[in-house]
Amino acid sequence: MILSGADIVVRTLIEQGCDVVFGYPGGQIIHVYDSLYKYRDELTHVLTAHEQGASHAADGYARTTGKVGVVIATSGPGATNLVTGIATAYLDSVPMVAITGNVLSSHLGSDSFQEIDITGITLPITKHNYVVGCVEELADTIREAFKIASSGRPGPVLIDIPKDIQMAKCDYEPQAPSVPDERRQADDNRIREAAECIATSERPFIYFGGGLISSNAEDELLELADLIDAPLGCSLMGISGIPTDHPRFLGMQGMHGHYASSMAMHRADCIISLGVRFNDRVTGNREKFAKNSKIIHIDVDSSELSKIISPAHAIRGDVKVSLRKLIDNLSPIKHEEWWKTVDSLREEEAKNTDKREGMTPFRIIETLNDYLKPETPIATDVGQHQMWAAQYLNFKSSRKFITSGGLGTMGFGMGAAIGAQMGTGEHAVLVTGDGSFGMTLQELSTAVSYKIPLVIVLLNNGVLGMVRQWQTLFFDKHYSNTILERKTDFVPLIKAFGGEGVRATSIEELKTSLEKAFSYEGPYLIECVIDKDEFVLPMLPPGGAIDDIIVKEDDLRA
Amino acid sequence: MHEFTMAVLVKNKYGVLNRVTSMFRRRRFNIRSLSVSETETDEFSRITVTSFGDDTEKRQLADQLSKLEDVCVVRELTAKDSVGFELLLIKIRNDPENRPAVRDTADSYGAETVDYTRDSVILKLTGSTRRISAFIDLMRDFSILEICRTGVASLERGNTTIRQVKI
Ligand SMILES: Cc1ncc(C[n+]2csc(CCOP(=O)(O)OP(=O)(O)O)c2C)c(N)n1
Ligand SMILES: [Mg+2]
Repeated sequence: MILSGADIVVRTLIEQGCDVVFGYPGGQIIHVYDSLYKYRDELTHVLTAHEQGASHAADGYARTTGKVGVVIATSGPGATNLVTGIATAYLDSVPMVAITGNVLSSHLGSDSFQEIDITGITLPITKHNYVVGCVEELADTIREAFKIASSGRPGPVLIDIPKDIQMAKCDYEPQAPSVPDERRQADDNRIREAAECIATSERPFIYFGGGLISSNAEDELLELADLIDAPLGCSLMGISGIPTDHPRFLGMQGMHGHYASSMAMHRADCIISLGVRFNDRVTGNREKFAKNSKIIHIDVDSSELSKIISPAHAIRGDVKVSLRKLIDNLSPIKHEEWWKTVDSLREEEAKNTDKREGMTPFRIIETLNDYLKPETPIATDVGQHQMWAAQYLNFKSSRKFITSGGLGTMGFGMGAAIGAQMGTGEHAVLVTGDGSFGMTLQELSTAVSYKIPLVIVLLNNGVLGMVRQWQTLFFDKHYSNTILERKTDFVPLIKAFGGEGVRATSIEELKTSLEKAFSYEGPYLIECVIDKDEFVLPMLPPGGAIDDIIVKEDDLRA
Repeated sequence: MHEFTMAVLVKNKYGVLNRVTSMFRRRRFNIRSLSVSETETDEFSRITVTSFGDDTEKRQLADQLSKLEDVCVVRELTAKDSVGFELLLIKIRNDPENRPAVRDTADSYGAETVDYTRDSVILKLTGSTRRISAFIDLMRDFSILEICRTGVASLERGNTTIRQVKI
């Protein structure tokens, strides 16, 4: 059938299995919005308050569902407002397609009104991007973008569509949704060598990240762990990949990782690393990282295998398939001695749990845990509250922890939570901080308009807590520009937006508020006032080695 | 640390060179020379890049190139299995005192005079990167006005072609 480019955009999105898109209209994308109107029964468009919010929503949708998230914006400022969201998705390998309008092809390159070189701007933060050259290429370009976004290591793809191409007409025939390229299979010899290394190790440790989740390899992971009797740890991006209370799970690695997890990985003689990229927040001092262990590194993206560390066994391939092959090459092993060590590390860790009562970060998250269902998606912003959420939240199923790990984007949470809610249909949760919330709280309007059931737990410490923590530790308590001292009253604020909210001053109050919040059909904010000098612990100082780990507050205040 | 040459077959599309060089810049690769050329078909262009680093850096460079959508094949061209040449144009002050010495050096390298005026001479030389560098070094005894060298053009020996190699 003969359709306009704008119609083709929407029809191809529908063809690709898209049911909801997030975005914001404008002059250079107005034709696509007209088509969205025309096909509104088949494709829902969520209007956010800001394009950044829309991009994070597409991201949250993609992280929870595993599908490609779609965001649409106009040219110029609309497009540039997407940049933070695209970069966030890029660094966490989230499948996303961003569509931007642009000025007439004939005006490109002449600094026309609201013209910006968005493909140039997003070159380093997309897997690939396009300026569509003619309407005949449009549908195939969108199909290819879906394919690229979801193939191999996922990531964002941007398509810039000049206005004349939205208006031009051509034939369109629907096609089946693009399927991701088949993921590369690991080499059998490499697998055998790695299996040999595992079989002869005495202290194996499995370390997994976001790549395990995007490969849907959660079951294989647990099967391998049982087979070789290994403890498990994960990066920030791996959280929720397996149930938090799994007996083999020691928790997160890294700067604010769990003590037993970090120590066990340090003492392991063989680290089986799955879909991780050894970020500096995890390794600390690269020279001293895992000096005494053999590293097996499995990733679909071979460039990760030679980037930071030199693994003894580098295996390029899909994590799920590789694990299956590894399992087939191994027979059951027991490591009783190793587990004695691991258990003693756990006991040591238990000694340092925060036993204080009242509105402490630990008690707040612990209380929240009681109200979560296995399906509840939980988004966070960035800062101390994010680390507390990562450390203390209890997850029961995968793809439920939605956090900006690689870019560390303050302001990610509101949009991401909305997208996560729409992706899952579950009552969602946002754990945020006063600083981060201030960056994108205008998305409350979106949550209200679309009646998004969302519980917002705001840990209000009155400061940019994470930066303050560094200033306390490394800058002689020069609290340069981290004391907010704002007069914002959050409870009336959310009411003004049309939501509900309350301030909880005790754990008892928090409980009753959570009760109400989870039965409210819209955004419900619970402001928890906490002390400005709470610390995220343990802490591996930046660039430090495992011996430099700070575990107790006493170590600090001394 | 050693020097290596990669041949990169890319889609012949608008902006591909920009994608490749943008990646080099962003990931801070050391690029010694880079040349782009047409190929036997309209579909592809060929980029030849020389860089230096250890084996890990070499693998990184190849891996990062392969990740670009428009890159079709990445192939290392070793000195042993390939032939590679560059073209040099060098403009020297035509100083009567040095004239015979310049002439001698040029002759012994087989450099050709392609422009001759009262004040300047342009010499042309093709050869391996090493030979060209050695020649330039000798020319430093005289007064060099300008240098332009193309970067390496390189092909594998024998009947293998880059398009037979899939990444
Ligand atoms: C967009 C952005 N700007 C700046 C930072 C640097 N930064 C990291 S954490 C942080 C403080 C966050 O404050 P808040 O949201 O109140 O969380 P808290 O640490 O107090 O829990 C800042 C400024 C960032 N990560 N993102
Ligand atoms: Mg704060």
